[in-house]
Amino acid sequence: MTATLPASALNDPAKMERHQSHARPPATRRQTVPWADAVFSALAHGAAWLTLALLAGIIVSLVIGAAPAIREFGLGFLWSSDWDPVKNKYGGLVMIYGTLMTSLIALVIAVPVSFGIALFLTELSPTWLKRPLGTAIELLAAVPSIVYGMWGLLVFSPLLSTYVQQPLQSLLGGVPYLGALVSGPPVGIGLLSAGIILAIMIIPFIASVMRDVFEVTPSLLKESAYGLGATTWEVMFKVVLPYTKTGVVGGVMLGLGRALGETMAVTFVIGNQSQLNSASLFEAANSITSVLANEFAEAGAGLHQASLIYLGLVLFFITFVVLAFSKVLLTRLKKREGARA
Amino acid sequence: MSSMATPTQAAIALLNSRLRKHAQRKRVNAIALVLSLAAMAFGLFWLIWILFETVRLGLGGLSWSLFTQMTPPPQDESGGLANAIFGSVTMVTLATLLGTPIGVLAGIYLAEYGQKGSLGSVTRFINDILLAAPSIVIGLFIYSVVVARVKSFSAWAGVLALALIVIPVVIRTTENMLTLIPNALREAAYALGTPKWKVIMTVTLKSARAGVLTGILLALARIAGETAPLLFTALSNQFWTSDLGSPMASLPVTIFKFAMSPYENWQKLAWAGVFLITMGVLVLNILARTFLRNKH
Repeated sequence: MTATLPASALNDPAKMERHQSHARPPATRRQTVPWADAVFSALAHGAAWLTLALLAGIIVSLVIGAAPAIREFGLGFLWSSDWDPVKNKYGGLVMIYGTLMTSLIALVIAVPVSFGIALFLTELSPTWLKRPLGTAIELLAAVPSIVYGMWGLLVFSPLLSTYVQQPLQSLLGGVPYLGALVSGPPVGIGLLSAGIILAIMIIPFIASVMRDVFEVTPSLLKESAYGLGATTWEVMFKVVLPYTKTGVVGGVMLGLGRALGETMAVTFVIGNQSQLNSASLFEAANSITSVLANEFAEAGAGLHQASLIYLGLVLFFITFVVLAFSKVLLTRLKKREGARA
Repeated sequence: MSSMATPTQAAIALLNSRLRKHAQRKRVNAIALVLSLAAMAFGLFWLIWILFETVRLGLGGLSWSLFTQMTPPPQDESGGLANAIFGSVTMVTLATLLGTPIGVLAGIYLAEYGQKGSLGSVTRFINDILLAAPSIVIGLFIYSVVVARVKSFSAWAGVLALALIVIPVVIRTTENMLTLIPNALREAAYALGTPKWKVIMTVTLKSARAGVLTGILLALARIAGETAPLLFTALSNQFWTSDLGSPMASLPVTIFKFAMSPYENWQKLAWAGVFLITMGVLVLNILARTFLRNKH
């Protein structure tokens, strides 16, 4: 009988004993078994339902909380830029713009860098370096966002102001369009610094998805391309990337979802100003998350609080769509792999 | 080349243009590879810079009083973070204890019961979205269902908010680890007449326990640094409290408050707090990784 036991049970005397006790037919146990099985199965089912209930609860509670603001402002809330707690008039355009703009800056920086990192980790790195380097990049995701925020405010933004913003302003000041993007006070706090810090924070998410999907590309494909004399770059760009494009887009969407919902790092460096004076990237602004972090605990019950919850609902809706899209793409890639394997 | 060229000249020209093309392709390749190397360096650069500044600025504020004294009023040279550290440890521990069983059970459901059914795939989908959902929205949710009802900020609300972040992380790792367990192990146990719940508890879950523990450690690391969901649930407290029904200080929220202030002693304490949190979280992460690697 011991020969048929799983290997792990062999190393575990307690388990062997339990298995042997099964050999004797214990009459009482047999009667408790259906009951215990049913309870356990019900618990497991219940936990799964709880997850679904959680999502439903979040949506319902946000809608109920936002109801006064939805009734008062309707969808016009989304494109009105008044945010005036004194006059009790609210519109979320500035915050929605802040959230989207910082995430856009983050993607513009993070996508090429993540692609480079994934290329390095899959094709260039010596095998013994792959693991430590991969771990180091993943640790960027483990650093708490409050640390990014404090570092961004007290260390990074003064340097950004002196060494990037001021030179850029004197360089591009007179140029039409570009000049407008860099106008405004170069104090290091604002949309640009929030976007850069978000980029650093989402690089690990995008890079690790890209690395994973690059690694599952069949080596037959890559070897055929190398055999025809393609360079590493050509193999990556013309063979691996087209093959994995759904996965890559899925990874980018995952990063975008993270950037949209990031709170603390943005709150520290975005400047927390609910009016937008110009189209400049140096302008202090507000994002949905930062206005929630700053105003919610102090907001009195009523329209102010309802408007903040309305913004939370908008944020949840946007991230939900982005993350669902990401998940669908990644699942599709996985299915295709399954079909080909 | 003119059309009058001899066949040899044409061949040489063709060869030349091919060589040029070849050189150009190699150049493009070299540039791409250098850029890729630069991207890698770019990523590492931020990690090293952030860690370096955290250590440099955090070590200065490190002392025993950090762990023994309460958070001070502004511009007071004494004081520590004792109440904030205690609050963080309490809330994170309770949240992990609360969230882990639910997460493990749901993970068991996904791996052992609902691999094909529609409840399984819907739960998996929703869970992956909750995993990346903005944590501040979790704070809003707990605010409206707990804080607004009870009409007071409380540590319990903070614990609940953190537990809701633990659940998806634990579900994901538990499911992943359980699906790695070979079916032969389950079948062997079933063949002995073992009931399903016992197979799961004593065979599959036991074989996957290293992975499940890794998930719990990662969840712990994740919530230890979470600030957003605590801002309007547990709020903060300048004094020592062990009453979970009242607002409680936590390390991240205290850092947020202190770092945004203009007072030098508060900023110094905030850096010390950042140092503690970063080191704690990194150690947990590295521990989880080595743990998993040794077991598989």
